[in-house]
Parts: sequence; C-alpha cells; structure tokens
Amino acid sequence: MKLKLPAPPLPPSFKPQPRRPGEKELGPAGTAKEAGISAVDWLDERTSLSGAARWMMFRKVPKGTNWFYTLGSATMFAFLSQAVTGVFLAMYYRPSAAEAYESVRYITNEAFLGEFVRGMHKWGSTVMVILVFLHMGRTYFFGAYKYPRELNWVVGAVLLVLTMLMSFTGYLLPFDQKSYWATIVGVNINGTGPLVGPYLNDFLLAGPDFGATTLSRFYAIHMMLVPGLIAALIGAHLYLVAKLGTTAPPWLKAEKDPELRKESA
Amino acid sequence: MGDVARGLTPPNHPEEVRSGIAVAKDRRQTKSKYTADRNIPGAFEGETVTRRRFMTTTTHAAGAIAASAFALPALGFALGPVFEKVERRWEAVGPTSDFGPDTYVPKVFTETYGIGDVGKTTVYVRQHNEEIDGPQKDEYDAYIAISTKCMHLGCPVRFVPASERFICPCHGGVYDFQGKRTGGPPVRPLDRFYTRVRDGQVEIGPRFSVNSELRRFSPRYPGEPLDGIGQYLYPSRPTARKL
Repeated sequence: MKLKLPAPPLPPSFKPQPRRPGEKELGPAGTAKEAGISAVDWLDERTSLSGAARWMMFRKVPKGTNWFYTLGSATMFAFLSQAVTGVFLAMYYRPSAAEAYESVRYITNEAFLGEFVRGMHKWGSTVMVILVFLHMGRTYFFGAYKYPRELNWVVGAVLLVLTMLMSFTGYLLPFDQKSYWATIVGVNINGTGPLVGPYLNDFLLAGPDFGATTLSRFYAIHMMLVPGLIAALIGAHLYLVAKLGTTAPPWLKAEKDPELRKESA
Repeated sequence: MGDVARGLTPPNHPEEVRSGIAVAKDRRQTKSKYTADRNIPGAFEGETVTRRRFMTTTTHAAGAIAASAFALPALGFALGPVFEKVERRWEAVGPTSDFGPDTYVPKVFTETYGIGDVGKTTVYVRQHNEEIDGPQKDEYDAYIAISTKCMHLGCPVRFVPASERFICPCHGGVYDFQGKRTGGPPVRPLDRFYTRVRDGQVEIGPRFSVNSELRRFSPRYPGEPLDGIGQYLYPSRPTARKL
C-alpha cells in the first residue's frame, strides 16, 4: 500500500489496528477494503495522480483563515450548477426565432421538473454574479491581490468579464419581449465604442439588424465558447491558488517575538 | 569531412586551425554560416542549417499550418456577416391617398426577412411638407418615412399626435415632428427610409441615418452621433451605402 493519506484525528480505540500475527482471514469487509485500495494503487502507479491530489487538497493555510475564504469555492460551485442545469436545459431548448419562446414555454410549463431546472439556472446566474463580486471584494479588502498574486487577480478579472458575457448572452435566450429589447439595448451600448463598436455589433448580430442567425449565435457563445473559456481559466485560477497559497487576514499581525521570526537554517 | 569543407570555404578564423583540426573554443564566436566550420558534429559539406534546427522548424510550421487550417475558416465563418451585403427590398405600405402632409400614419413592414414577426417594424409615413421640410431633395423625398428605432439605444419610439412628438419609453428620448431630438439622451435625429411611388403605392426602401441638419448618411447603429467627427468615429458597414 503506497498511497498515504493523512490519518484522521480519531480517538485511539477507533484507529485501525494492525493485523495480529497468525490472523490471516480478511473477511468480506476486509477483502473489499483491500480491493478498493489496490484499485486506487493500480491507478496511482500508472498516473502518479496522488501527489497532485495531495498537493492540491492538503495545503497549509495561514492562521486566521475564515468563512470569507470560501467565497471562491462558492462561486465555482455556482458555475458548476449553471453548467449542469444548462446542459439539461439544452436538451429541450431550440435556438431559432420561431421556436425559442415556445420551447422555453414547454420547459417551464410542461417538462417534468422543467420549471425547477430553469429556475435553478435563472436564479443561479444572479447568485453567481453576486458571489463573484463578494469574492472579488474579499480579495481586495484582504489585500490578497498583492505580490505574488497579481496574475491571479488578472485571471479573476477576465473571469468576471466572461461571467458578465454569460449573463448578457443568456438573457436573450428566453426570447420574450424583455429579453429581445434588453439585447437590442445592450448591443447598441456596445456599438457606442468608437471605431470598433459598429463592427462588434455586426459580429454580435451577424448582420446589420437582429436577424435569423443572431439568436443561434448568442446561443453558441453562451453554451460553448464562453463556458469553455471559463472552465479553462478556473483551472488556471485554482492552480495559482494552490501554487502561491492563500493570505492571512489583514488583522492578523506578525509575531512580536523576534525569536519566532528568526529564520531557521 | 571537415578538411574538405575547409578546403572549399576557408574558415574566418585561420588562427584557430592547428594541423588541420579546427579548434573552436566557443561555437557562437565562429561567424561562418557553414555548420562544418562551426564544428557541429555530423555536419555536411555546404550545410548552413543543422538538421535538428531544420526538423524543429518544420514541425512548428506543420503545426501552425494544421492549426490555421481549422482556425482561419472558423474565424472567417464567424466574421463573414460583417462584410456581407444585405439586399434591401422595396415594400409597398399603402396608396398615396393614405398619407397627408400634416400627420404621420403608422405602417408595419418587414425590415428583416426570415424571422417571422420579429423582423417586422413600424414606420411612420407622411407626405413631404414644403413648409416644414423645405424643397424636395430628390425622387426619394416625396414621402417622409421615419424609423421607430430610438437613436439612444434602439428602443421603439411612438408618435404622439397631440404633442406632435416622437417619445421613447425606455430612457425618455423626445423628438419633434421632423424627428429631430428635442430632449433626452438620443444623439441624432430618428433614422429615415427612402420612399418612392410605384403604381400609386408608396414604397419603403433602405434605411439611412441623418445628422442634426438632416443630411443623409449611410445607416448607422443607434447611439452613434453623426455631427462633427462622429461620422468618422462610427463607420457604417462597408457594404451599406446611401442611394
């Protein structure tokens, strides 16, 4: 058994005892346990993933780490929730101007649990945006963007922009009056950028006006292009968190005792 | 082999040659373009690029070609609509007797084809009025067709006959009888459509934009001013031109 995980802090009587000499029979439970361990060992011998898992999961965290530090994970779970509910909504949704509204009506009123899954996606999007800002605020007020974590702040800022792009493109998809006019207004705000604005509008609308392929273009951006980018950047964001470690809260002062600050060889 | 190469091309640093064997202490200091002169093991006569470097470059180039083989068509596919010319049809909205010079008549016509009701839009039409509009500019000016697209951010405006104003419900844009801005955030007068008369029917054609003096410009998006340098800051589609 090569795989070594940190032992859980159990009282001595609950700790697994070594097998007594002469005791050979494992019993069904023991055999199952051994089989599980050897399966994990088989995988680890061929991938060496246990080192990466240990590096990622069992990190040292500074004193004073508190609930505010969970906002990033919360944002990631909000994204995962959006991804999963989005995949299932895509099974019913039809991105064409003639059918989009009807398919959303079918999801909401007729599909089993459709209203629930659509509600998860709709309200989950708001939750995700709120969590992104809370996480950003935590990072800012705790000074966690400073050296050497500037690049992670930049990655996070790109993720914020991509989240906003998800909100913008997703808003059109129900294709009711509100989403249609909100998208017209949003696209035209985009067009007020000098020089590039008009061309960006042509790209977003796939033509000079809201046309036959605008909705499918928004749909493709919403469910393929941006989620792929977000997933990749979340990976980079997490790698940098594990690599650089987290910061202590700003109210935690350095140890006063000079003996404790002395570098040990 | 090194001797042969040196026989053909004298080394640049003859003092480094001792009894026919090149002694290059530092390859980077040797200026010769021939690999044989640079003392690279396995060099061929007349060879200037090592086989390792040649293979590396070839592999990178092959990867770049393979990647652009799918990336460039995909990019062109996505950007194509920016440069595509969209044909505008003339569409009849009613007989000439429907429209007077003193008020607007709302008419619905299809501006974008292929998307059903979504492509329909309201247009406000009236006869050209010399007292208000001055002399008729050309054959497309006999009837004035005002677009309902607000020039702030594109919401639909409504003509209120009592106040002779166009009013936008979204952010409070107000336009006068000619479609010039009189209040709120819009940056230019309401867009217009070219009109013509065929077989006693008023026909609506392509859209055009106007600046605050009602000079015609090729169609722009809402929110893009056309006075001053606006027309250069906000170029129209390359394929969309005024008649």
